This record gives sequence, C-alpha cells and structure tokens, in this order.
Amino acid sequence: MATLQVNGKPMVFEAEPDTPLLWVLREQLGLTGTKYGCGIAQCGSCTVHIDGAAVRSCAVPLAALNPNQKIVTIEGLSADGSHPVQKAWAALDVPQCGFCQSGMIMAAAALLAAKPRPTDADIDAAMSNICRCGTYNRVRAGIKQAASQA
Amino acid sequence: MLHHTEVSRRAFLGGSAGLVVGFHVGQPGAAFAQASPLPPEVNAWVVIRPDDRVIIRIVRSEMGQGTLTGLAQLVAEELECDWAKVSTEQPTPGQNLARNRIWGNFSTGGSRGIRESQDYVRKGGATARLMLVQAAADEWKVPASECRAANSVITHLPTGRRTTYGKVADAAGRLTPPAEVPLKDPKDWKLIGQPVLRLDTKDKLTGAQVYGMDLKLPGMLNAAIKDCPVFGGKLKSFDAAAIARRPGVKKVVAVGDSAVAVVADTWWHAKTALDALPIVWDEGANATASSAAFAAVLKAGLDAPEAVAGNSNGDARAALAAAARTVEAVYAYPHQNHATMETMNATARWTPTRCEVWTPTQNGEAALAATSEASGLPAAQCEVYKINLGGGFGRRGAVHDWVRQAVAIAKELPGTPVKLIWSREEDMQHGRYHPVTMCKLKAGLDAQGNLTALHMRISGQSILAGVFPQNVRDGRDPVVFQGLNASGPEASIGYSVPNLLIDHAMRNPSVPPGFWRGVNLNQNAVYLECFIDELAHATKQDPLAFRRKLMAKHPKHLAVLEAAAKGAGWGTPAPAGVYRGLAQTMGFGSYVAACAEVSVSPEGELKIHRIVAATDPGHAVNPQQVAMQVEGSFVYGLSAALFGECTLKNGRIEQSNFDSYPVMLLKQMPKVETILMPSGGFWGGVGEPTIAVAAPAVLNAIFAATGVRIRQLPLQQQSLKKA
Repeated sequence: MATLQVNGKPMVFEAEPDTPLLWVLREQLGLTGTKYGCGIAQCGSCTVHIDGAAVRSCAVPLAALNPNQKIVTIEGLSADGSHPVQKAWAALDVPQCGFCQSGMIMAAAALLAAKPRPTDADIDAAMSNICRCGTYNRVRAGIKQAASQA
Repeated sequence: MLHHTEVSRRAFLGGSAGLVVGFHVGQPGAAFAQASPLPPEVNAWVVIRPDDRVIIRIVRSEMGQGTLTGLAQLVAEELECDWAKVSTEQPTPGQNLARNRIWGNFSTGGSRGIRESQDYVRKGGATARLMLVQAAADEWKVPASECRAANSVITHLPTGRRTTYGKVADAAGRLTPPAEVPLKDPKDWKLIGQPVLRLDTKDKLTGAQVYGMDLKLPGMLNAAIKDCPVFGGKLKSFDAAAIARRPGVKKVVAVGDSAVAVVADTWWHAKTALDALPIVWDEGANATASSAAFAAVLKAGLDAPEAVAGNSNGDARAALAAAARTVEAVYAYPHQNHATMETMNATARWTPTRCEVWTPTQNGEAALAATSEASGLPAAQCEVYKINLGGGFGRRGAVHDWVRQAVAIAKELPGTPVKLIWSREEDMQHGRYHPVTMCKLKAGLDAQGNLTALHMRISGQSILAGVFPQNVRDGRDPVVFQGLNASGPEASIGYSVPNLLIDHAMRNPSVPPGFWRGVNLNQNAVYLECFIDELAHATKQDPLAFRRKLMAKHPKHLAVLEAAAKGAGWGTPAPAGVYRGLAQTMGFGSYVAACAEVSVSPEGELKIHRIVAATDPGHAVNPQQVAMQVEGSFVYGLSAALFGECTLKNGRIEQSNFDSYPVMLLKQMPKVETILMPSGGFWGGVGEPTIAVAAPAVLNAIFAATGVRIRQLPLQQQSLKKA
C-alpha cells in the first residue's frame, strides 16, 4: 500500500515503487486529466504540481515521493475552472484539440505562482511544453491576461 | 416523416458500457447517461428540448480545428435559434449506416469539414426552422407565412402571439419536411462570419474532457503493442513465459502476422512487460532499406525518361533548349511523422455476435469498416463510438491500423473490453509518413529576364499508391500535383508560364505514406515558391514584382499575395537585421500567402520574428477559428521546415520520441498576423492551406538575410552562416 496526497486528499492505493506518478494518477487514482505524451519528460503533457513546482510526472517514480508532498493535478487546480489561468484560457479560446492543455495550464499556473508578472523571456523559459495544434501564441497571451487579472 | 424512432434512440443510447462516454459538449456522459427517453428530433440535424435547449448534431470529427463550432454556426444560422442554448452531439457511424447515411460523409480531412457539408447542414437547419414555424402556425391555425422565427422564438406578426421552439418541437418533428428549402443570402447572415467562442473549450481546461486514451469501461483490460520495427517484416516468435509472472499480465497475443501485444490490468503493467518480452522478428526483404539508399532512387527519378504529366502547356522542353538562359535547382523534402499529442489508441469489445470500438478517429465510417473487417462481423453488428481526438493531422483518417489491432486483441478475450494504447515510440516508428519527394526545377529565361519555360519534375512517393491504390490509374496519382494544377477550384497554380511541364516519376519506398496536414501542398509550395524566388534573384528582380508579371490571370492568388506583402510592409525598410520572404499558393479550395520576417545571427542562428498571412477562403464562418488555424498551421509547417525528418536505417525509422524528433516550441514561435479576406462565392478550407506558405516564406527570407539557399529540409541539418 502506498499513500500520496493528491488534490488535498490522502489517496491510498497499490502500485510498484517504480511506477511513474503519471500512471499512478491515471490508472490507480483515475485522474486522467494528466496526459501521457512521451514518457520521457520531453513534451510536458503530464505536468502536475509537487509542492507548487511544475513537474513532469512521467519521470517521477512513486518511490521518489512521500505522503507529505502536496501533489496537485489539473482536476485540483480549482474547484470550478476558476483559476486565473483557466479563466484566461476560456476567454481567449486557447485550446485546440486540448490534449496538451492540462500540462500547459499547470506549467503556466506554476510560472505565475513563482513570477506573478512574467516577461516574455520568463514565458519562453518556463513554457517548454509541446503543442502540435499550435496554440503557443494564445498560450503566451493567456499567461499575460491571467497575470494582469491576478 | 422524420421520426426519432425507438430503434434509433436505443442505438443512440448505446450499450450499458456506453454510459461513461459523453458526447454532449459540456455535459460529459449526458448523451448516454440519460435515463429518460430523449425528446424527438425535429430532423436529423436538430433536436430541441422542451426547455428550448438546442442540440445540433455534428458528424465531422472535432480534433482541435474548430469544425464542431463552425458547423454548429452554419446550422444555427438557418435555424434562427438562440446561440446561447446550443450544444452538440455526435451520431455514431452505426446510426448513420442504419439511417441510409442521413448525415452523409463522416470523413474529416483535406480541410473539407465545413466546405463539403456547408450546403446540407445549412439546409438541415433551415428545414428544421420551417417545420418549427409550421408547427406553431398549425397550432394557431394561421398561415405560416404570417409567422417569423428569431432567437428560438416564433412570432405571429399580425397578432403578436409568441411561442418558443421548445414548445412546438414535438409537433414539428411529426411534420413532413418541406420540399423547397431556400437558404439565406450571405448578406443576411448574422452568426456565420462571427468570431464566436468555441463550444468545446470548458472541459479542456479542467481535465474533464475524455480522450480515447482516457476511456475507462467496466472490467476493461489494457494492452501495449509492438509491431515489427522493419516495415513489411513479420513476427517470428516470442517467449510469453518469460513475462507471465510479471504483475498484472493477463495474456500475450500475436496480432496479425507482424505484431505482438501484452494485455494486463493496467497499461503501465502491459507496457513494461512488453518491454521485457523476448521477441524474434523476421525482418524480411526491407531489412536493409535506408533513406540514404532511397535518395539515390529519388535522384534517378529526377531525370527518368518516364513520367506522368500533371500540368502542361506549350512545349517546355523545346523552349528550355532555346532559352537565352536557364536556371536549375534540385529540392528535397523528407518523411515526417504526424506526432499527434495523443498516440494511437482504441478500445474494443468483441463477442461472436457484436463488436464495439471506442476510438479517436477522423472518419467514423472508415473506423466502422475497419472494425467490421477485423472482427469478421457485418457492419450492422458493429459500432464505433467516436471519442475526442488528441490531434489528428491526417493520421487518424484514412488507415485505421490501430483499430484493426485493437479488435484483433479483443477477439482473444471475448466479452472483455481491451484498451490498446501505442507508446510514443510505437507511434513514431509505425506512422503513415509524409511522403518523401525530390524535385528538379529548370527554368528558361529570355534576355529581359522573363520566364519563358518551366519544367518541374517531381520524383517520389505517392500517398494514393500507399493508401488508396485503387485510385491510382495508369501510374497517375493526381494528388501529387496539389497546388500545381492548371485550373480548378481545389488547388491550382497561380502563375502563367508560356511553356510549362510539371510531371511526376513515382518512386515508392518501404515507408508507408499517409495524408499529413497540408498533404502534398507542403513540398510543392516549397519547391515552386523558393524556385520562383531564385529566379527573381537570378534576374535581379524584386520577388513580388517578378511574381506579379506571372499572375495577371490569377487575380485571387495575386490578391492574397499583395495583401500579405502590404501587411508586412514589403518595399519599406524592415527593422535592422530583419529580412523578408514571400510565398503564395492555393490548396484545399483557398488562396493563401505569407510574408515572413527573419534574422540570422553571424553564428547562423535563425529567429523568425513575424509572419503575416493572408487567406481568401471564399466564405469565413468563424474568423477567430480561422486565425487559430493559421497560427496552428504555422507551428506544424515550421516544425516541419525547421526540424521534421524521419529517416530510415536498417529498414526501420531511426527516430523514436520527441528527443530525436524535435518539434517547434513556444519560444521559437513568431508573431502571426492573420489577414482574412473572404471574397465570397466559394467555400475553401482553412485547416491546412497556410501551412504550405510558412516554410517557403521563411526560406526565402533566410536567403534574403544570408544568401544561403536552403533546398533540402529540415533546416536543422543545414548551416545558415552567411554565404
């Protein structure tokens, strides 16, 4: 039995210690908002927050985590889609297919938490998530809009 | 009479397992979880609930391109309903089959979603409106001509009596549809042409959106698969006993004659067990195939005597021989993977009498056909539930190889739903790749620098030969000439050349081809637009002025080019160190052009600052969605130009994931300014055409900046240090 604190709740489940957090979230905990895109921490679709930092959950084995760490997934970012990033995303119609957007939103939210007024260079550096539909310019605009309204 | 019959309602509700699948945008699960019977439809396209909610049925797949919202706008425009009350649902391919294809073609590719169905979906909306108005008039015992519908409210003009769509929908659904259904004049459109927000955003922001990969059915198992890494190779043997005791493993199965799958309780267990499975392949005849060896085949095709002409006028060969001056260049464009963010996946449940598949697909009907074939059951005993797509770009349309695999695996576990997910590595190495081609262009110029002759020889892969070989006649693949055709509403060339020959020497490697966003327009626009730029420079003419001389008879091509050039300030000084390049083409029924601004550092580092893009799609249903498609197409097109290449070595694709197949990132993205200039009178697509002008505009700007002419993509293999 393993325990993790996810979206404010203790979660008890069974998984081998080498299971990546991504697959624990998706398969043991049913939190499928966090996506599998590459499995090698390249694309960022699996981005979650661990103690507030954006982390690529496909590259974090269960064994590297402890029950005191606060894990937040897209499902726990806000109760009702009201996080400033989610609101800005809705207003600007940022997503296209949307598959990468959970990770994109989690990366943006972590950036804004660390730097409430990010520069373009800050956004360039923090937002290395891959989007194949091509939402990048609206992602940038969305971060700026969320920053202005936070 | 169009009735929502008990049979179709039951089909719509699906089996109990369908309960977890939601098709109502914004209401996951609603369509299937609905216990009470659905209210009757007004017609196939429109359902109106007693509380006035409007449900518009959409059968083209939404994969991010916005077609769902655009199609709903088309229906709603004619329906005269309250847009705020609109949601959508997706009939299944099985329902379409059962109702004699009442919803028409499900195929979603070639930027055809809106332009190919605009007429009949608008008629669907207009028909429903006429029936709703008639139902109200019947109730009031007044002529329908005295009634008007607006915003889901019907008013009897002489008396001011009012009712709502929801109140008369049931009666309307019982009426015989009118024979004559006039459509609005475009000048009267209120919703078409408006930049309304998408209908399908909310769930994409909270993790609630269910993609194929996220599906969960009761009792479901998970599968991971490995196909022979060499194209055309076979599975020789595997040692299932070696992984039988790994956690969660249920079964190891051969899939067809070339693949093996592990079925387990979780996908992680299946995937890791598969990685540990000893497999022996029979690599077959393609075991030594390589891109390098095939390049020699392509090169030979450039001068082969046998070729199929796609567009010709005058006598290009004679005119070239007589020309005062000739210019020649050879270009090359590589294989590329679609790399959808969501890898291929499908969930299948098979019994001896029924097969169901849940999958992200660009063509539900083709997925149903694949399900029927793979299951050995007639299509009427099969069903496909389309699940949200994490990208498509052409990969999920023509060939449903992953569906066939999922069904084959499910057949080994009758009654148990099995979800097959491809790893990124499997997805990268078993794609349906952008075709590989080379092109030799030879131009004849007179003493004044006028273009008198052009021979464009394309050598290389045919998509049709790999995907729809029955459509290749006498060695001719018409799709090869996309954007280069003499005339026509789809993809015609924008230049008049007195002596012209564009021909194709088909050369097909072992790498399977596919339709890849932009299709053949991608490389054809690079070839022609970069070469035209070469000719302008060779004759010391301004690239815009040089093009203008050839475009007098192509006013729509020219208009977008002029607009892009003007929008970027062509002819005025660029910022210090910034250089401009132009490109134009026509494809998917639309006219597009781009002007790119780039700078290149002394070390050869490229920065793309801005691209101004002009599009004339005839009619533009939703300008904001068009702008998103232009921006998105540039990410796809520039990823291809900058990085995209799949290479074959020892019969297999060398790239395996995003570390070896890099794509464009946010920090590399230029500003994009979209000029939308719908000239009316036709319907062009917008998902793909602009992708084709991104690369040549950037390449021409790079030449302006450096004097380096890039003729082989991707750019990352080339040095941009000043020539």
